[in-house]
Amino acid sequence: MLLREVEYARPATVDEAVALLAGYEGARALAGGQTLVNVMKARAAAPEVLVDLDGLDELRQIGFSADGMLEIGAMATYAQIMASSEVEVARPILAQVSSTIGDVQVRNRGTIGGNVCVADPTNHLPPLLVALDATFTIRAQESERIASADEFFVGVYMTAVGEGELLTKIGVRPSSGAGDGFSGLTVGKHGTYVANAAATISDEGVRIALGCVGATPVRATAMEERLGAGDFSEDGVRAAAEGLGASLDPPSDVHGSADYRRRLAEVSAVRAVLQAATARKEH
Amino acid sequence: MAAPAASHTVTVEINGESYELEVPARRLLVHFIRDDLGLTGTHVGCDTGNCGACTVHLNGEPVKSCMLLAVQADGARITTVEGLAPDGELTPLQRAFNQHHALQCGYCTPGMLMSATALLERNPHPTEEDVRYALQGNICRCTGYVNIVEAVLAAGGASA
Repeated sequence: MLLREVEYARPATVDEAVALLAGYEGARALAGGQTLVNVMKARAAAPEVLVDLDGLDELRQIGFSADGMLEIGAMATYAQIMASSEVEVARPILAQVSSTIGDVQVRNRGTIGGNVCVADPTNHLPPLLVALDATFTIRAQESERIASADEFFVGVYMTAVGEGELLTKIGVRPSSGAGDGFSGLTVGKHGTYVANAAATISDEGVRIALGCVGATPVRATAMEERLGAGDFSEDGVRAAAEGLGASLDPPSDVHGSADYRRRLAEVSAVRAVLQAATARKEH
Repeated sequence: MAAPAASHTVTVEINGESYELEVPARRLLVHFIRDDLGLTGTHVGCDTGNCGACTVHLNGEPVKSCMLLAVQADGARITTVEGLAPDGELTPLQRAFNQHHALQCGYCTPGMLMSATALLERNPHPTEEDVRYALQGNICRCTGYVNIVEAVLAAGGASA
């Protein structure tokens, strides 16, 4: 496919990358390209300048901050997350979910930063990172700020990363006694989600986030509150989920009607919470 | 600073040979390989990142060359299907494809071979589940999957 003409630069430092993104109108960061190159083929996106982040090794690091947060560089690929001993120790659900994104070839190129910055409502990682209460470090030319997961996702294909800014890393607290779960229905074994849900249960409570039912991940706050009482039996979780589907306003499309998604979202939330409860017991 | 430009000089090593070419930034790697270098073993199937017919190894890892710009591959080491048997002697996997009738029209075969070769390099004796997981990104529109999986399993056993 012939793409529209575009200029390309491969900066050697994060400062350079941010300067390029801020200095050129229509500049866009290119991570793994597993979404962006395809939307450029379809001419759904037509950046003037691509700023390739491939040379920025500091954005590929996975490690721990001084205060013990698991930090994943925005350019870490799914394959890298799957193989990371730090992820395995601190928050294995990230590796488990990454292993079901796309296929081998896509996982070798696709990145966590690209996944969340695309902010497609059917992507796997946005609801998971909302449930995990992740933090998002955003660099601008003269400043750096940290957005919470609830602030980061702004709309369909829209995040808190503004023009001239760059997502550099994602922080997740190590599970330390928490349990995580992720469930949903895909088109084909590891295809696009029709609906999904992520849940985490910790000493601080329960967080549940639903994907594919709104422009951004939707928190199931009423269900979270009811589960605060601590009944994680199957009946207890089902009872806590009651009315969740009816409270949602999901879209209808070729893969499922709005009503079907309401039902799927509720079932997915129940399954994700039950998984999280089981995972917590196994600690 | 590396200033943005609409074309760049790309240096790559493909199947052990070095190439240096000026290419437009918008050129996909698969077109660079097929049209600029004439290595037409790598196929364009769907051109949407789904079918995997364009799979090549980039620094040893299978990737879909229709979802990469040629400029992104600057400095990389690439293997295409032509690089599997440079002297004409088929690899055990290629022989197994032949013996197990693992191709019908053959269009998906280069991609299947590249994905399966990467699997066998990492995991020389895969299970059926491993094979199916590794080939998830490769579509055979003749739906000849059963024989393809059998061929990869046989290659896994044959290299024991």
